[in-house]
Amino acid sequence: MAIRMLIAIACIAVALVAPFVIYPVLLMTILCFVIFACSFNLLLGYAGLLCFGHAMFFGGAAYIAGHILKTTSVSLEVAIAGGVLAAAALGAVIGWLAIRRRGIQFAMITLAFSQLIYFLLLQAPFTGGENGMQGIPRHQLLGLIDLRSNLSFYYFVLAVTAVAIFAFYRIVHSPFGEVLKAIRDNEARVESVGFDAEKFKLIAFTLSAGMAGLAGALKATVYQFATLTDVSWQVSGEVILMTLLGGLGTLAGPMFGAGIIVLMNDYLAGFGEWALIAQGCILLVVVVFFRRGFVGELSALTGYLLRRTRSRKEPSVPHQAIADEAA
Amino acid sequence: MFDGITPQLLFGQILLGLINGSFYAMLSMGLAIIFGLMNVVNFAHGAQYMLGAFVAWLALTEFGLPYWGALLIAPVVVGLFGMVIERLFLRPLQSLDHLYGLLATYAVALIVEGLITRKYGSTGLPYDNPMPYGIRLGFMVLPAYRLWVVAFSLVICVGTWLAIEHTRLGAYLRAASERPHMVEAFGINVPRMITLTYGFGVGLAALSGVLAAPIYQVSPSMGSSALIVVFAVVVIGGMGSIAGAIASGYALGVVEGLTKAFYPSAANVVIFLFMILALFLRPSGLFASRDEVR
Amino acid sequence: MTSAPLAVPRDVAPVLLTVEQLHAWYAESHILHGISFDVREGELLTLIGRNGAGKTTTLKSIMGIVRKRKGSIRLGTTELIARRTYEIARQGIAYCPEERAIFSALSVRENLLLPPVLSDGGIPVEQLLQMFPNLQQRAASQGTKLSGGEQQMLAIGRILRTGARFLLLDEPSEGLAPVVVRQIGELILRLKREGFTILLVEQNLRFARKLADRHVVVENGKVVDILSAAELDADIGRVQSYLGV
Repeated sequence: MAIRMLIAIACIAVALVAPFVIYPVLLMTILCFVIFACSFNLLLGYAGLLCFGHAMFFGGAAYIAGHILKTTSVSLEVAIAGGVLAAAALGAVIGWLAIRRRGIQFAMITLAFSQLIYFLLLQAPFTGGENGMQGIPRHQLLGLIDLRSNLSFYYFVLAVTAVAIFAFYRIVHSPFGEVLKAIRDNEARVESVGFDAEKFKLIAFTLSAGMAGLAGALKATVYQFATLTDVSWQVSGEVILMTLLGGLGTLAGPMFGAGIIVLMNDYLAGFGEWALIAQGCILLVVVVFFRRGFVGELSALTGYLLRRTRSRKEPSVPHQAIADEAA
Repeated sequence: MFDGITPQLLFGQILLGLINGSFYAMLSMGLAIIFGLMNVVNFAHGAQYMLGAFVAWLALTEFGLPYWGALLIAPVVVGLFGMVIERLFLRPLQSLDHLYGLLATYAVALIVEGLITRKYGSTGLPYDNPMPYGIRLGFMVLPAYRLWVVAFSLVICVGTWLAIEHTRLGAYLRAASERPHMVEAFGINVPRMITLTYGFGVGLAALSGVLAAPIYQVSPSMGSSALIVVFAVVVIGGMGSIAGAIASGYALGVVEGLTKAFYPSAANVVIFLFMILALFLRPSGLFASRDEVR
Repeated sequence: MTSAPLAVPRDVAPVLLTVEQLHAWYAESHILHGISFDVREGELLTLIGRNGAGKTTTLKSIMGIVRKRKGSIRLGTTELIARRTYEIARQGIAYCPEERAIFSALSVRENLLLPPVLSDGGIPVEQLLQMFPNLQQRAASQGTKLSGGEQQMLAIGRILRTGARFLLLDEPSEGLAPVVVRQIGELILRLKREGFTILLVEQNLRFARKLADRHVVVENGKVVDILSAAELDADIGRVQSYLGV
């Protein structure tokens, strides 16, 4: 798969050069949402768990990391790690409570919890309530490196994103990942073979929460503030859209989806509600017509074309566009 | 916590709770009907509720149609709109994972709310109270309109429940909610039934919106704030259970009202706490008669 | 379709249903690989074969419940392959599934009354309740509270209301006590005498032999043999090998 290596190298090259062409904060926002979307993809695309309110991990970690940075003098990566751990811990607790239920009930429990978290954070004094947490300082990385310039911070965020994507890749392609996919497709069968499906799902949920927390903590340090929007249903809905737009269950899909949506939001920022309307239209079109998402459709198309050039005689069987549970 | 709670305040809060409960009951009933038949969580329900209120407002300001006319027109108009949505976007997704239907309705909600906000702004629009007088009940004077809301919603809820449980049409709905393919194998046009049922559920939401207009004012975000609470109500009552939705709606409205009186800061979250509790005690909801696997 | 008992001997009766090169899929699984057979008016044809051979899938494909199909399913001159289930039902075909599909949300009476009368010749409710006295007794009970045999009676009684003359029955004897199986068998014979055309899926060869005019043997989604009742009696071993008996 030399093509893939080439594409990856090209992407890295572009990423290294990008901040000289595009506003670094925008790029960093994309990177944060790439991590966020990967975390959601891990949960829904690979483990088959739909979590409404994934923003609770994203925003929660943003507040925790921000609070650590505002009240202590630990170095940057410790504060971010704090956010990640807090999100993972929250994920473990909520996951443990919610995992027993399946499908829509699981989704509804997670929704209830995210509303709970939202209102708790709204009322907690340290968050600053409706005004949000302002003025989060960017401490030094490792206690040494000053990253207060957005350009240098970009490379830090890029590095973290690369590590996160790599971790995601490794998780998904590990034996653990294979079991998750099997659980997604047919949980009963996995149980009958002797695996404790609930334990696997709980681990996946915790990992996903932690990863979402990483995205949130990073975002808090990029923007140097955290708001209730970060914990809101709006952000939860956005990550669902990003993942679907890019392609559920694909590796590159969420990155693509995150990029498109963040750029679109940025472009439409001055146009008020048009961002929401556009998101709605895109989601509708993707859900009704392009469920495999951009990356999914693209790989299906290339697969189809490759099959056609390889054997002219054999009629190609139309690939059914379903990245969901088997009916 | 208990200082300054007079009987008046208590009853006032209970009435307030009943009013909110009326909306929760009607909205969750519509959601439960749609979910029971289609297995789709109608995320557009809040937007459709809001559309009902807006149609009433538009009817008044553009056409001079008063409240009582809007009560008839708005559900029909918005219900038809709902049927179009079902036909265009939900029917093609029927055989797939029901997550997609849910997301499609969410997308519709985004679009509708965005467009309405665009056109009419995000601040609330006033809608006059059609019954601006009081009714004396014992030691209290209660606002007539609010009593009307509670009474009317009870009639709608009980009437709908009776229709579903005791009529032939209701039998079709109950049967199709259980085994749609089998009902279709009897020669019944189930796809059309689904479209009509969705339209009915949407109409119920719109009707609630008209009822809400004089109380809560008409704003594009009125739907989304109500919706998540209504989801919690539906989950507690049992996702396909009509009786459960109705009973839970009223009960939780009252609970929320009382919580506001005694422990205001918890009022927002009390319903979610109940939802989490209910999901542990009885995962299929308080009223569901069989375990919901979906 | 005639509504009077058949006057013409079955082997020269006109063909009612022609299934030709039927392929069917459940999601990605290719279940039927080109099933072909026909059903004559008034006959009782069984589809026999092992578990998973594709017998139920064939019935569901005829009924349109399995949506991914290819090939031809002709009722008279009407092509059914692309039709929706309710359109197919309205052609006068009725389906009684293996799991009986009694609605738990409905009473016995509501279950019985649910299918609409689509053509003349449907047996009226009063007559059905006479045919199945157990159902009359339990009319107000919840449908699923009935015993297995009673549920089977209800499932068959239900479809007799519609006026359909072509019945698809999927393993009606499954899981029932011998006494009840006998009753079901008598019921089916009675329906056959009255001129119903019946396509019966069965694994229980003993049960099927007493009822059928012809047998179609299905294995791995293909028709591997078609025999008349006489041919089967002459050489039972031929079929037993397919059933893995």
